[in-house]
Amino acid sequence: MAEVPAAGRRFRETALGQHLGQLLRDQLGLLGLVLVLLVVLSALFAGWIAPYDPLKIYAGPRLAPPSWEHWFGTDHLGRDILSRVIAGGQVALQVAAATIAAALTLGIALGLLAGYGPEWLDNLLLLLFDAVRSFPVIIFALAVVTLLGPSLYTVILVVTISSVPIYARIVRTQTQAMKHNEFILAERAMGAGPLRILGVHILPNVVGPLLILASMDVPLVIAVEAGLSFLGMGVRPPTPSWGTILNDGYNYIRNSPWPVIAGGIPIVVVTLGFTFLGEALRDIFDPKLRKDL
Amino acid sequence: MWIYFGRRLILAILVVVIAVTLLNAMLHLVPGDPAVMILGPRATPELIEAFRVRMGLDQPFHVQMATFFWRLLQGDMGTDVFTGRSVAAIVLEQLPFTLTLIAVSILWAAALGIPLGCFSAIRRNSLLDKVTGLLSVSVISIPAFVMALYALLIFAVELKWLPAIGAGEGFLDSLEHLILPAFTVGVSWVGYMARIVRASMLEVLGETHVRMARAFGLTERRIVFGYALPIAILPTVTLLGVGVAYLVSAAVFAEVIFARPGVGALIVEAVDSRNYPIVLGCVLVTTALFVLATLVSDLVNALLDPRARESL
Repeated sequence: MAEVPAAGRRFRETALGQHLGQLLRDQLGLLGLVLVLLVVLSALFAGWIAPYDPLKIYAGPRLAPPSWEHWFGTDHLGRDILSRVIAGGQVALQVAAATIAAALTLGIALGLLAGYGPEWLDNLLLLLFDAVRSFPVIIFALAVVTLLGPSLYTVILVVTISSVPIYARIVRTQTQAMKHNEFILAERAMGAGPLRILGVHILPNVVGPLLILASMDVPLVIAVEAGLSFLGMGVRPPTPSWGTILNDGYNYIRNSPWPVIAGGIPIVVVTLGFTFLGEALRDIFDPKLRKDL
Repeated sequence: MWIYFGRRLILAILVVVIAVTLLNAMLHLVPGDPAVMILGPRATPELIEAFRVRMGLDQPFHVQMATFFWRLLQGDMGTDVFTGRSVAAIVLEQLPFTLTLIAVSILWAAALGIPLGCFSAIRRNSLLDKVTGLLSVSVISIPAFVMALYALLIFAVELKWLPAIGAGEGFLDSLEHLILPAFTVGVSWVGYMARIVRASMLEVLGETHVRMARAFGLTERRIVFGYALPIAILPTVTLLGVGVAYLVSAAVFAEVIFARPGVGALIVEAVDSRNYPIVLGCVLVTTALFVLATLVSDLVNALLDPRARESL
């Protein structure tokens, strides 16, 4: 038994342990972590938690206020809103995970290319990034929806394209700052190819800021997904999404306030959770990362 | 300086051209005929053929792009698929509503956010600072359309204090109709402004010329408002330039939720009916708006800040 506290102390002394301790001491960061875990776990175990079938139309009361049977009330078709909110969380987190994975991969590749490649390529890529960023996200998304039609994949595509420049720019700046460092020159002199230099020496140094940026990007991605679904241009009914729940609620807002209230809560929870968590992570790992926006 | 702006302007135009070309290229890359997509699956072959000729879709891609930009130079953005009216006229008819909404939102956000940021910086770590900081993060991260829905629910539907839909007629009525939409579009900007002013104020207050002013025995009020604040609010100008894109996105939702006229409501309706020329027109106008805003904010920044002027 004497070894347990010793092992605990050793864990606390590792870098990870210290960072974790810092995170747990940051009240907002802790709150963020709890909110994020709440949403992630409820999405992972949706099948066990959801009290009803989110798609099934029940013969019971419609637009009912919250009660013990239906914690968040029921919608205009008599479906249980809590179950739909939980199922909507699955959709939101799937979109967020897919988008951020794709945007990170593309962003890292293009950023390394721009930072390490020839100057004309750098200029060309920067121009492309500027062009993509000059569309307001929602307007861009609407334009793409006209072309491809509304679906989950369109949402993922749009948000990926509009987030790639953010990641690519960070990678590019870091790569440029590092490529003239002496250890890189030494590595070059020893005959290392560009792939080895980028993959082994530069990439590990940009991963930290990227992950923090990614965690702060999650609320944006979820907001765009929910927003597009709200406009009827994202996830198609009957698949529940927080956006479609809100849209149904908006159409019946004069009959019952509960669907709108219930549909908004998870969005508020998840955006606040990821933002608080992201800010705490940034303060711990990289205080220099820009604070604005 | 003017050479710099010339270069920026050319770059800006290039960005818009690339953006629009990309969008048009996507229309061609997508499997399926654009004419069929716009007219729907039930259109007859003759109708589709006539439409293709009318819209110039029978020409090769580069010819289409060339005619598109040539017409654009003459102020012609094409014609509406359904009514045959000029797209430019339709979009410009809606633009003032959106611009008013954005301008009013930004004004009240600045009027509240700048003092909040300023006081947070002066009274650092006070209760006001902490509450402002927490609220700033919250209003920034909660999406505008959720704010809009809650505001609509509370103030228009339940309390019935403010009108829920439309833009109103006459000055006072329009103003009343503007309150809720402008609140929802601007509220996250109070947060942005407060945060950025606080950060730059703290930076400025630590600089040597402020210490110099203190050594001269100027009052704290004079130092803050006379010397520090004019420098500290400079970053907000840059932020505004970049932020127009976010404002437009928020305005889309505000216009749809409060059933206001405007470019946002127009594009949503056009996407619903697959009215591609209108969609493209709206994209073009909002993108141009963004590029123009960044350009103007650079110019204003250079006028206000001699250091920025010299570095150009």
